[in-house]
Amino acid sequence: MESVKTNNWEPKILAFLCNWCSYAGADLAGTSRIQYPPNIRVIRVPCSGRVNPLFVVKALQAGVDGVLVSGCHPGDCHYLTGNYVGRRKSATLKQFLEYLGVEEGRVQFSWVSAAEGVKFSQVVEEVTNSIRKLGPAKRLVKRSNEFGVQGSASKVT
Amino acid sequence: MVQQKIREKAKELLANKEVDLVIGFGEGSLPLRATPLFVRTPEEADRLIWNSFCDNNLATYIHKLSRFKLGIVAKGCDVRSIMALALEKRFQPDRIVLIGVPCQRMVDRRKVKKAVKGEILRAREEGDQLIVEGNDFSVSLKKNDFLYASCKACTHRNPIKANAVVGDQVDETPLTDPYAEAKEFEKMSAEERWNYFERESSRCIRCYACREACPMCYCAECFVDSSGPKWLEKGLAPSDLEFYHIVRAYHQTGRCTGCGACERACPMNIRLTYMTQKLNQEVKDLFDFEAGTDPETLPPMATYKVEDKQEFIK
Repeated sequence: MESVKTNNWEPKILAFLCNWCSYAGADLAGTSRIQYPPNIRVIRVPCSGRVNPLFVVKALQAGVDGVLVSGCHPGDCHYLTGNYVGRRKSATLKQFLEYLGVEEGRVQFSWVSAAEGVKFSQVVEEVTNSIRKLGPAKRLVKRSNEFGVQGSASKVT
Repeated sequence: MVQQKIREKAKELLANKEVDLVIGFGEGSLPLRATPLFVRTPEEADRLIWNSFCDNNLATYIHKLSRFKLGIVAKGCDVRSIMALALEKRFQPDRIVLIGVPCQRMVDRRKVKKAVKGEILRAREEGDQLIVEGNDFSVSLKKNDFLYASCKACTHRNPIKANAVVGDQVDETPLTDPYAEAKEFEKMSAEERWNYFERESSRCIRCYACREACPMCYCAECFVDSSGPKWLEKGLAPSDLEFYHIVRAYHQTGRCTGCGACERACPMNIRLTYMTQKLNQEVKDLFDFEAGTDPETLPPMATYKVEDKQEFIK
């Protein structure tokens, strides 16, 4: 929030990356020295199917400007079907949030395999640019001066 | 008369010891209200009633009275909820005996109260008319103008499954589009939609009546009660209320039968069904599924298809 005032606001993006593909893809991007925007904060999850839609909504409440959920390509899931289940959650959650008026693009999804370091950097680039265009998240964000706040760990730094 | 047949059926079930208790509706303490009634002896069954104010979803008592064999007086939507619960294996099939009642659509007491000036002291039904009386007035209203939106949109008024059906089957053509509320809401811009949602949820006092009234909300520990992780703070911060309403509604994806019990239970008159209706519409469009209509098909969020749509994924 403070950075908005000084006009050099940078989006904060939370990325849920599955352990077996997307996280390894991010790792490959790193070891290959591929540059991508430093706006993402990564949370490693066992599988994209592990991402409870609650996590995504909670992240938006905690003040991130965007959320990326990334998993293995269909058919490549380490747990065989986890990403298919995750895909259904993603599809319904995305439509539902947009229906309630959360801007389209706040929550995005991708398939990135462990061999796709280049794709990972492109995805992060695309996501960061689109969220930068949307501007800072305002909807659903919990502000520290709101009634009822009791100093939880809900502030993202 | 339906009411008489319900009483007879309840008496029969209780006399034959087929069930421990029958859950139906009794006269409410206020006009325009009926209240859930728990009947344990054949004699008590004479207190059962049936009218256009029997708007609770009695399926919610299946969890709360899990030790008993239950007879349930169930409308079309209650039966759908019970079927959805059966699909989620929430009870032993032989524990529930359904007295199915084709539903005549329920009257929204709040709409009636708005239309009448002064305090309503008595109300009765005569055919398709509703006669409400107070100290110095007596008005006759057309019932169809005062129905719940969820009842107007209802496409399953006849019980899909029941051990016994009392009353005649009704024509199931809905009075409005089954997704009328969601379609109406979608006409607004994103900003208007968010403002509307924010305004509605800001009235929430977090009594969780919507959760308690819903038969599909049965988690042993609800996310709002969880203390580790603590998803939701205490208090009425607008963002917390929005978070609650989004997640509560989302948890109904592919499970909501659109009975409207959540909205009817809300003491703050917060609109809720426009959210769950959208989820029902999504589930219908994406996965061709309607909760509680098919005892075999798995709920959509418990399964997948390889060919599910994924254009939105990069």
